[in-house]
Amino acid sequence: MNLKLKSLKKSLWVYHVSGGSCNNCDIEILDLLTPRFDVERFGIILAASPRHADVLLCTGIVNKKCVERIKEIYEQTPKPCVVVAVGACACSGGIFRDGYQMAGPFDKVIPVHIYIPGCPPKPEAIISGIVKFLKELK
Amino acid sequence: MSVLYSFSYFIFSFVVLSIIGLFVSWIDRKITARIQWRVGPPWYQNFVDIIKLSGKEILISENSNKFMFIFSPILAVTSSTICGSILFLVLRKNLGFGGDLILFVYLLTIPSLSIILGGSSSGNVLASVGISRELKLLLSYELPFICGIIIPAIKANSTTSLIEIVKFQEINGSNILSLSGVIGFIVILISSIGKLGVVPFDLAEAETEIAGGALIEYSGILLGFYKLARAILFFVIPSFIVILYLGGTPLNNFLGILIFIIKYFIILILITLIRNTNPRLRIDQALKFFWGWLTLIGIMGILFVLTGM
Repeated sequence: MNLKLKSLKKSLWVYHVSGGSCNNCDIEILDLLTPRFDVERFGIILAASPRHADVLLCTGIVNKKCVERIKEIYEQTPKPCVVVAVGACACSGGIFRDGYQMAGPFDKVIPVHIYIPGCPPKPEAIISGIVKFLKELK
Repeated sequence: MSVLYSFSYFIFSFVVLSIIGLFVSWIDRKITARIQWRVGPPWYQNFVDIIKLSGKEILISENSNKFMFIFSPILAVTSSTICGSILFLVLRKNLGFGGDLILFVYLLTIPSLSIILGGSSSGNVLASVGISRELKLLLSYELPFICGIIIPAIKANSTTSLIEIVKFQEINGSNILSLSGVIGFIVILISSIGKLGVVPFDLAEAETEIAGGALIEYSGILLGFYKLARAILFFVIPSFIVILYLGGTPLNNFLGILIFIIKYFIILILITLIRNTNPRLRIDQALKFFWGWLTLIGIMGILFVLTGM
């Protein structure tokens, strides 16, 4: 294991992408930063711009207007980066999968590395999903 | 020989200052976390951040000025390292020209100027909002900062040499023990918070409003250079205040160094507490604050020191 990967795993800066979500997953993501869960102890902080980010935390279905923007954000993120789909809508479309505005879940638009299901997933579930992925990462 | 010597001294002080600065920024983050009842990051967090950033891809946007975009973060690191290396020489008291105060004021301006240069060359709209704020902030905090610097200079028999100020305090006691010293200390502490760009005055890179401001287009090690420059300034500016106002202990033995570190941490904790208990100011509020109350208090301090109080 090289130093670059090791340091990437210890310091993930997260950019929060919303592809048209109902705000439930977004609130659960904000819960991660509160004193109760405190992801800064793993070195995870919210970044302001996709240029600073290592992780794209995606919530919501991708509606048709969003497709171009989400591709743009993915290209703006410096590689190596990790894409995490949070919530049932981001993973599979959820209850909106037959909606007229649906342009596919996230993995139709950009490559997704981690799926965290739930409507919305608990903060514990999000932490455990990311930790499991980091253990697998080599 | 002298060129080679100064170059190797520069590299040496860069390494030492980076280690100290990153460690000190961790202390700032940890104290912030404990104030908010969180656990906070581990001690190696800031080192890991810089190593990670050096391994990332560097993206340069199409409509940017590429030379200035790459040059300005290097300028920021270089100028803050030169500040720190002069500070080391002042503390050891073997500097040919005595550590000129005016030079120091100029050098401390360059990191902010390089943020302005980098932001304006990146060709982003939000970055231009950020640099306009940074420019106004630079204009506003510089005046009280200079007021705070003039007070110890007048006290030490109107000299601009830092070493003379250190020697004066070793004979006559710390500058803060007088009325004008207290006033000057408060003025320079608050304006140095503006210089560091931490929370009450972090409007140049307000994450929630303008998404990183001047640094929005930076990625990879170029962003890391800015973070490094900020970390070095976190060491340089508080120790500059210690030299100007809380001096008085010679640094030639272990006890002196320990007392210097304790004084440094007092100022660091003060800055961190102010940062954690205040919301972000708007630019007009910051300008009014700096040019209004703080400059008035600073001029009052200068009048006091001229009358010998």
